[in-house]
Amino acid sequence: MVGQATNIVRLDGVEKHFGAVRALDGVDLRVDAGECVGLVGHNGAGKSTLMHVLAGTLAPGQGRITIAGSEQPGYSVSLAHELGIRCVFQELSLCPNLTVAENARVMHPGLTGIGWRRRAGDLIVGKLDEIFPGHGIGAGDVISDLSIGRRQMVEVARAFTETDKPVKLVILDEPTSSLDAHSAGQLLAFVRRAVANGQGIILISHLLGEILGNSDRVVVMRDGKVVVADRADAFDRDKLVAAMGAEHHERATPAAAAGAARGEKPVRIRARPERQSDGAELVAHQGEVIGLAGLAGHGQTRLLLQIFEAAYRRKAGFEVQAPVAFVAGDRQSDGVFPLWSIAENVGIRSIAAMRKGLLISPEREAELADAWRQKMKIRTPDMNNPILSLSGGNQQKALFARALASDAVIILMDDPMRGVDIGTKLEVYDLIREEALKGRTFLWYTTEMDELQNCDHVYVFRNGRIVADLRSGEVTEEKVIQSSFKEVA
Amino acid sequence: MVALLNRPWIWSFVGAAVVFIGALAITGGQGAGGMVTAAFSLALFMVVVGTGQMFVITLGPGNVDLSLPANIGLASAVAMKVMDGNDVLVPLGIAAALGSGLVIGIFNYLLIWALRIPPIIATLSASFIIQSVDISYGRGLQIKPPPGFADFTNWQVPVGGVGVPVMAVVVILFSIGAAIVLQRTVYGRSVLAIGQNIRAAWLAGVRVERVRFLTYALCGLLGGLSGALLAGYFRGASVDIGNEYLLASIAVVVIGGTSVAGGKANIPGLWGAALFLVVLQIMLNSYHISAGVRLVITGLVIIGVIVAAGGPKAAR
Repeated sequence: MVGQATNIVRLDGVEKHFGAVRALDGVDLRVDAGECVGLVGHNGAGKSTLMHVLAGTLAPGQGRITIAGSEQPGYSVSLAHELGIRCVFQELSLCPNLTVAENARVMHPGLTGIGWRRRAGDLIVGKLDEIFPGHGIGAGDVISDLSIGRRQMVEVARAFTETDKPVKLVILDEPTSSLDAHSAGQLLAFVRRAVANGQGIILISHLLGEILGNSDRVVVMRDGKVVVADRADAFDRDKLVAAMGAEHHERATPAAAAGAARGEKPVRIRARPERQSDGAELVAHQGEVIGLAGLAGHGQTRLLLQIFEAAYRRKAGFEVQAPVAFVAGDRQSDGVFPLWSIAENVGIRSIAAMRKGLLISPEREAELADAWRQKMKIRTPDMNNPILSLSGGNQQKALFARALASDAVIILMDDPMRGVDIGTKLEVYDLIREEALKGRTFLWYTTEMDELQNCDHVYVFRNGRIVADLRSGEVTEEKVIQSSFKEVA
Repeated sequence: MVALLNRPWIWSFVGAAVVFIGALAITGGQGAGGMVTAAFSLALFMVVVGTGQMFVITLGPGNVDLSLPANIGLASAVAMKVMDGNDVLVPLGIAAALGSGLVIGIFNYLLIWALRIPPIIATLSASFIIQSVDISYGRGLQIKPPPGFADFTNWQVPVGGVGVPVMAVVVILFSIGAAIVLQRTVYGRSVLAIGQNIRAAWLAGVRVERVRFLTYALCGLLGGLSGALLAGYFRGASVDIGNEYLLASIAVVVIGGTSVAGGKANIPGLWGAALFLVVLQIMLNSYHISAGVRLVITGLVIIGVIVAAGGPKAAR
């Protein structure tokens, strides 16, 4: 058995309450050197709060924090850093106006004197090379110019950089949510190397395969408590889902009916990417769920945005036949209105439709908000609470509600399941299918292979072009990856 | 009570009340009624101008209309010239002032949108152009309003010994209307959304450029309206009639609890802040303090209020 001395961190009876909400309700957790602990649970189970406590950004209401064998009563961010504990949060924390090198310097006050910028750049790029070979990020790149996937790579790499203090434990909160399959694989391989070198890792993910394949131990949280903690090989997918408390529904092949019927329904969208040199174009009919696949940042989001524009204003190469709504994946920059309530955030796309005469009707607003709280199971006692009182996954549900509650017939989804737990995902998949049957058309960019199985038709993108056009029966991981890397003439 | 204290605008009213009591302390309680009348008569102009500025500032960081003083100056001259001292022409004069303000607002937006000039530069350079137009148009002369219009803008109805300025009542109704526009119309919600996150607003279907256009146009329009009313109230138009409204329009917005970062606006606070600033000036006048010192004190007080009111919000 592992002794006390090798514990990097140990939490005993940690509690944290936000008003009436018990985010953490007596959590015990330990992480040893040379161990990867997988942490799973539903949205709002308390994972992110627990990590904030570990990172020192939130002080626990009750309980003890012990680092490397000594108790830390006045635990703080600077102390956590001192003791070699690093955190990659779900909401990315890089300064968007600074370069990659400058962001690295923020974490390493020791880099001073002439040439600090070069040294910081070497440090971070070296780490990026180690974790994500072929990443294509330069030390002088400004963060706001990078795609969300690349920002996440920088964030992860920065957490592993060392100057004067060794890194003992790195907390990765949904580190692969914005990464494509290829970079995610690179990261997970690196995690195993780090663990072999004696570092500790806490891996939080909603992708259960990722957890099971890369953790030594798995900890399951529910309602602010640890409900199960055991060796990873004691679990399989079903056991894990059961422990999290979601009913596991066996799903019928979702796209069964479609495929053959393609072309009989009216066309809703025709779009040709700008860089497309051959005749390929994206076509979506009424009632279809169309997947946009390929490595992250290869033109899928760009095409969605162009289709969005084309719905409002005529655009060459695009044909959009019905009103659109957009579900953002990068919710901080594209989705959430931080000063508003949940109800206002859900209602904004429908304000024109909620008018009585000239004025927006408060009754209709409340009705709409409540109807969608129930439909999306948004976890809040009151839709008039601020949107930021919700956990990340629940904010994402509110963004779905915004689009689905609107009069839009075409729903554009930009990798919308980031940070959403498996139970919610399954519910949203069903909802999407239900709405598609009613005649809505979905365009769904996703970096998760599982989600492509919910699509009637999948277009694979590479370098801003459509390189493959797969029917639902033909969508396999191999095919998508093959086309993602294939050179086209 | 606690709910009331949580309203950000309450502090501007508290400030106004404190300064009011301070002013009364000097006079030994004399002239309270007159002071209230004077305060409302002057505050209403700040509220009209401040409402336009508030909508612009609420559009988000960088949005501000610095052309308001020039706009007010030109509109006052246009209104007086068109009215030509004739009461029959008053409606036409007001329409002309509104038109002048509207054109300025649209011009500002075109500079910002078509030439992609930051609003602070665009509206400031516009104000130089407007001022030049005003000087050559008004020839620096003071033009008198028609007697009926001057009387209307100065009209007071005695209620219980205190003169109630009729225009203040009209502007209070206007403020209620503006609050409804802000919270309950598609336009108002769009302004608030854009101020919080312009990209998210665009993706949520808000017609961003249309709303920005309307907001700058509205601000210009309200500047024009104030110009006409000020010329009536002070019985004459002049180039520098709007000068004090550069600082005042921004100060009432900020002191009133509107977020400078955008996305959050506050209409009751405009009144509290405007009364506060006007009463402060009246108080300093009654101390017989020289103009220079008065400006220094006003500046310090504005800074103090913003720091005090901004404290708890920053912790959010």
